[in-house]
Amino acid sequence: MGKFFEKFPDPLARLIVVFLALFAVGVIVVVVLIPKPMKAVEMQWADAVKREQGRPIKYAGFHACAECHDKLYEMKKKGYHRDLSCETCHGPAKAHTEDPDKTKPVTPVERTFCPQCHAYNPSRPRGFPQINPVAHNPLKPCASCHNPHDPKPPTTPKECSACHGEIARMKAVSHHVQLECTTCHEAPQQHKVSPRAIKPTKPQTREFCGKCHAKDAKDKLAKNAPKIDLAEHGEKYVCWQCHYPHSPEVEQ
Amino acid sequence: MNDRRSFLRGFLSVLLSGGAIGGILKILPSKADAREAPPKGQKWYGFGVSVDKCIGCARCMESCKNENNVPREPFFFRTWVERYITRKNGATTVKAIEPNSESLPETASDKSILRSFFVPKLCNQCASPACVQVCPVGATFQTKDGVVLVNEKTCIGCRYCIQACPYGARYLHPVTRTADKCTFCYHRISRGLLPACVEVCPTQARVFGDLNAAASPMSRFLRMNKIHVLKPGLNTEPKVYYANLDGEVR
Ligand code: SF4
Ligand code: SF4
Repeated sequence: MGKFFEKFPDPLARLIVVFLALFAVGVIVVVVLIPKPMKAVEMQWADAVKREQGRPIKYAGFHACAECHDKLYEMKKKGYHRDLSCETCHGPAKAHTEDPDKTKPVTPVERTFCPQCHAYNPSRPRGFPQINPVAHNPLKPCASCHNPHDPKPPTTPKECSACHGEIARMKAVSHHVQLECTTCHEAPQQHKVSPRAIKPTKPQTREFCGKCHAKDAKDKLAKNAPKIDLAEHGEKYVCWQCHYPHSPEVEQ
Repeated sequence: MNDRRSFLRGFLSVLLSGGAIGGILKILPSKADAREAPPKGQKWYGFGVSVDKCIGCARCMESCKNENNVPREPFFFRTWVERYITRKNGATTVKAIEPNSESLPETASDKSILRSFFVPKLCNQCASPACVQVCPVGATFQTKDGVVLVNEKTCIGCRYCIQACPYGARYLHPVTRTADKCTFCYHRISRGLLPACVEVCPTQARVFGDLNAAASPMSRFLRMNKIHVLKPGLNTEPKVYYANLDGEVR
């Protein structure tokens, strides 16, 4: 043993001392000075998970909406939009659930909104209801014909479309889509029995169309209808002699 | 002489095995082990996508940006929807759709189109994630319930993970300058809510749930459909499962 220490080189002994000192400093720095969370990734991850879980929510989920808007919710549940979340159309509503008076979710009314799903697109799955937004009843917001909480496919009075299918289809994509056939035609019951002998009426006066299209027309439904001056516009004709009323071609 | 030499050799070999020091003190971040199978009795989240239900309405992209403060610019995405168009001559074009874009669709009268459909995409929350393996500082990690998260406090924004992800699911957030990606809306699912995109998808093209729960919509989705994952050959073991996926999709 003693022989070993005798042989032990002095420089190496010093080297060992220096090394041990450095090692001790290193241990102190790592064990004492560096805070624990900086060393353990597991702790950093736990922190990150906590941070992630604590982040604020924007979408409340449809259960939250049903709590107050139960009537609408029930109505929606029965219709074609039953699988839609309220926030699909109305946008994030968490803020609204927390303070219903202060923030209101959006109610999209523009005609561009519904076509985001329902505009014709050849990549969309077959059978999904799609329309051509340019031709399909232009000008009107979709909700004026379809109840968005319980939308139904468009219907024409069956009595008329059974025989006048072409007219019904034409009217379905025209500005006059909302008008019942009977708005302009009086169809006597007998017409269904002997269609050729007993014919429905046609408007006989210019004033009839004028109810909506005259400059001073009062009809609320026709607020946006193109207006003309009955006194000046095409005096001696009845309107439908020049305009095809099932698809009025007038440009605005 | 021989004595001294052997002593030095022994001493140096101890010094040189520096790994031992690192090992003892645990300064280096250790890597998460890839998980082969979902541990039982533990939530293990998965995501389902029905390709034949997606109408490409981009509600999901919109809601994701709202929910997760993703920058509005169209090139930052946590989830996105691709449109595939395969023509009769075999050529396939893939384009990420842009929400609210006015571009007119090819009409049905374009007879050169053989088939066309939408494919929603997002981070696959791989069971063996490439992004976790490459992160040099251990900022990207996998939670116990199988969600891959980024610790924005330690991420140094080196973009290594963005390069490594075979699905292009990551981007560098321009404000935080850290890597960002889909978290399955971790803040929502831990409160029992659905991810925002699943919540708003109008056609139920997106399904979310615990893969370990036998009676969840997610398990039903896996049971009722023929399931594919993206790039299965890479062995990343994605947990985003696709139903009715076309062979063209990668
Ligand atoms: S919300 Fe649903 S249907 Fe619309 S694009 Fe996204 S996945 Fe497809
Ligand atoms: S998809 Fe990419 S970012 Fe997501 S877990 Fe897999 S490798 Fe990571």
